[in-house]
Amino acid sequence: MGMEGIGASVARKEDKRFITGKGRYTDDIRPHGMTYASFVRSPHAHAKVASIDTSEAMKMPGVVAVLTGQELVDDKIGNLICGWMVHSKDGSAMKMGAWPAMAPEIVRFVGQAVAVVIAESRNGARDAAEKVEVAYEELPAVPDIRAAIADGAPQLHPEAPGNIVYDWALGDEAATNAAFAKAANVVEIELTNNRLVPNAMEPRSAVASYDEAEEHFTLYTTSQNPHVARLVLSAFYNIAPENKLRVIAPDVGGGFGSKIFIYPEEMVALWASKKVNRPVKWTADRTEAFLTDAHGRDHLSKAEMAFDKDNKMIGLRVKTHANFGAYMSLFSSSVPTYLYATLLSGQYNIPNIYAEVIGIYTNTTPVDAYRGAGRPEASFLLERLVETAARKLKLDPTELRRKNFITSFPHQTPVIMAYDTGDFHASLDAALKAIDYAGFAARKEASQKAGKLRGIGLSCYIEACGIAPSKAVGSLGAGVGLWESAEVRVNPVGTIEVLTGSHSHGQGHETTFAQVVADRLGIPLDQVSIVHGDTDKVQFGMGTYGSRSAAVGISAIVKALEKVEAKAKKIVSHQLEASEDDIVIENGNFKVAGTDKVMALANVALAAYTAHNLPPGMEPGLKEGAFYDPTNFTFPAGAYICEVEVDPGTGKTEFVNFVAADDFGRLINPMIVEGQVHGGLAQGIGQALLEGAVYDENGQLVTASFMDYAMPRAEDLPSFKLSHTTTLCPGNPLGVKGCGEAGAIGASAAVINAITNAIGHEKIEMPATPARVWNAIHGNA
Amino acid sequence: MYATTYHRPASVEEAAALFAKGTESKYLAGGHTLLPVMKQRLAAPSDVIDIARIPGLAGIEASGDTLTIKAATTYYNIMRNAQVQKAVPALVHLTSVLGDPAVRYRGTIGGSIANNDPAADYPAAVLALNASIKTNKRTIAADDFFKGLFTTALEDGEIITAISFPVPAKAGYAKFRHPASRFALTGVFVAKTRSGDVRVAATGASQDGVMRVPHFEQALTANWSPSALDGIQVSADGMMADIHGSAAYRANLVKVMAQRAVEAAG
Repeated sequence: MGMEGIGASVARKEDKRFITGKGRYTDDIRPHGMTYASFVRSPHAHAKVASIDTSEAMKMPGVVAVLTGQELVDDKIGNLICGWMVHSKDGSAMKMGAWPAMAPEIVRFVGQAVAVVIAESRNGARDAAEKVEVAYEELPAVPDIRAAIADGAPQLHPEAPGNIVYDWALGDEAATNAAFAKAANVVEIELTNNRLVPNAMEPRSAVASYDEAEEHFTLYTTSQNPHVARLVLSAFYNIAPENKLRVIAPDVGGGFGSKIFIYPEEMVALWASKKVNRPVKWTADRTEAFLTDAHGRDHLSKAEMAFDKDNKMIGLRVKTHANFGAYMSLFSSSVPTYLYATLLSGQYNIPNIYAEVIGIYTNTTPVDAYRGAGRPEASFLLERLVETAARKLKLDPTELRRKNFITSFPHQTPVIMAYDTGDFHASLDAALKAIDYAGFAARKEASQKAGKLRGIGLSCYIEACGIAPSKAVGSLGAGVGLWESAEVRVNPVGTIEVLTGSHSHGQGHETTFAQVVADRLGIPLDQVSIVHGDTDKVQFGMGTYGSRSAAVGISAIVKALEKVEAKAKKIVSHQLEASEDDIVIENGNFKVAGTDKVMALANVALAAYTAHNLPPGMEPGLKEGAFYDPTNFTFPAGAYICEVEVDPGTGKTEFVNFVAADDFGRLINPMIVEGQVHGGLAQGIGQALLEGAVYDENGQLVTASFMDYAMPRAEDLPSFKLSHTTTLCPGNPLGVKGCGEAGAIGASAAVINAITNAIGHEKIEMPATPARVWNAIHGNA
Repeated sequence: MYATTYHRPASVEEAAALFAKGTESKYLAGGHTLLPVMKQRLAAPSDVIDIARIPGLAGIEASGDTLTIKAATTYYNIMRNAQVQKAVPALVHLTSVLGDPAVRYRGTIGGSIANNDPAADYPAAVLALNASIKTNKRTIAADDFFKGLFTTALEDGEIITAISFPVPAKAGYAKFRHPASRFALTGVFVAKTRSGDVRVAATGASQDGVMRVPHFEQALTANWSPSALDGIQVSADGMMADIHGSAAYRANLVKVMAQRAVEAAG
């Protein structure tokens, strides 16, 4: 099925509605009698809420209700949870302070909600919200990690002394220290992984309705995982039992991790819909998105690598402080630990690794998973360290990497991960060829003559995705299993609906998932529809994040398809009086091999539903479900090389070339894969050159709009040269790996390695703005 | 956005009369500054008076030595105008690096200079080209017009009707874009009049908004070439500083952009 099956760059089915403005997003939902919510938010980073006077707000025209945090407490609505338990070195559980959806007593970051106005119009709700009188008693704030861990620092939560959530470690400290003791060379770096704001194109939104007669709730919301939202809202927040709550995530305009989590605003909208017995809509404006969407990254790290006399890596020590913001978001605890330190071996054979991670509270927006989630931080640290080491050891950076690449698989690293397969030399070779590495010296000289500083930088990343084997993550503290579910329904006329627990919010699942089915059954793509994002339709699901939808979501579909095929073959074998083993599927037909006997899929389906002539004892129907639990992570890897020219007059970095050679296993739709890589690279380059959330000393977010927060634009990016080297993942039926995050994981180190190579200074923090680069060139850093 | 009353007057006179009647009136042209601050509830005008649609307030006229751009002419129409291209190609270039296509379709030159954002592009051109700003009441010389951040010589309710640029012998604009907003982190416009005078204006750099750079003007009058500025240092005193650039960085950009503007001017 070459044209539309696996491996075909089919145009995205969903794009017709998106590019003609016919997408249906949460804010497009307008139930009869809808009201609007507007939140009253703290202007202070840290303050005691002395009193809230709602009387003037209640008098405003069109106000239906003004609700406060105390009413959440009175209604026994649960605090927000963190769903992954991490234990400190000393065995103690992580130390968490309570996060109420609206703060009744203390606010701990600018933008935290303290009350909500429900009104007949959006503007009316906003007008009334301005009339809610909140008396704050300001408390001293800690805006960043250094302030939070300083002696005598203000304390955020009494549960977490020293503002420390946990002091966690992974690896063998004694063995690693021993390796350092016998090292011929040790190379050290210190670096910051800058804080990012996700900025999905569609801001978060919720439309909640309560049906009094049925005591049933419906929540439309911008979610990457509606079933998880339903689970958390019912099991932990006590708003509605699961069987009385339908969560629908319709078209969602980008998530990048930020829409995994269950936020206060969606909770409050759902709770308020019953309080006021009217549908309630809340849609964030861009400022609310900046202030309240979970931010990403924000690490301070020190790392050192030990080499023997032959420049073999013999040890790695890492100490990282990770900023969690003011509260522990849903999966935040796992990001700088199990999604970060487990990847510190990179593509290298490093026998001894010891990583310490200290999680820190600050008076800032909560931090959680953002495209890559822990893996970009690991990859950036390791690839900056390796590049710096090559320069210090006076080796070509390719030579140092090649000398230490893992070449035999499976490979058990000292930090949990067991790499299943890969070919790191192949991807590096492909990238070096694509960028003409050998010709760099001549190009650098030409640039020099033109007054420009040219540099080249490598990044050889590996990541773990397809998250994740439920038993394994359970043993590491996850509160959920990370399988996926699917159902394949063959309708009586042979059209097919695939119901998946994965959720598409830009990834093109409606196309790629259908390609898998079309390929397998040899039918046109149009015959297959993908249904997702509705807990009343899809049996169950864990959603889309961590580049898991192909490796886990599609694997569940394949498992269900296998069941459908097995049943169909039984029907065909019965009707055509042939052995099941002789039946093959070709171009939508079930054929008895070596004969002219054939039944079209539509006829098999019709036979299954008419049930006039089925094998004895067979149930009617042709519809099967499956749950798939992965056996391992998958390990996409690749080599990115970036060539830049820096203008010494302005410090501005211009791309000359950017090549990416990735190994994603089997590609289902190469065009969509390339789109995913382009987007990931844009975000990785954005982190390296442009993006950075900045708080002032009082905990005010300085970069709270696009006037100050620099998002990458098309003109900031080069035309990427992509290629693929393929090793098939042995752990899942299609041999797929995952491509959604790779660009964001691998790109930033390549960019910074290129800039430092160009200017001859190692110390450049991200984002490497023109001003920072100019300061470094001119010695003002 | 708070509720407001929108007016669409047919003439400059009617607009001014409406302005006088409102308790807190604002003129609306391209709306790129006014509408965002209204949406953020930072501005709450009683009356919004849309002058962008007044007949005759848009258009471009050129004579041998003067280029006149009427106030409500959009950036796009300036950028695409053959007379502007012929008279002052640097103005076309400046406009082409101003904002993005959506901004250029809406924004107006009169709105830009009336707002006098310290990082806007047009004020640098108006000042360096020694333009005259015509209003419904008078004509104001560029040197008298810009009075600091978001402040101009315009009186309450006064409406710019046109900007007249003397056609220069040479002119160039070099802009270093702010990484986030894409306004000028620093932009420098250089112009040499037909009589040989040189004027240099920098935007985005000074805490007082657009400024002339007299020591550059002297050096370039003596020697119209980028290298004429080689030995000259720009003081960082009074320069803006923020997360995208220190005062020293902006001072450096004033010089580097001036050199590149001269190079572009030829």
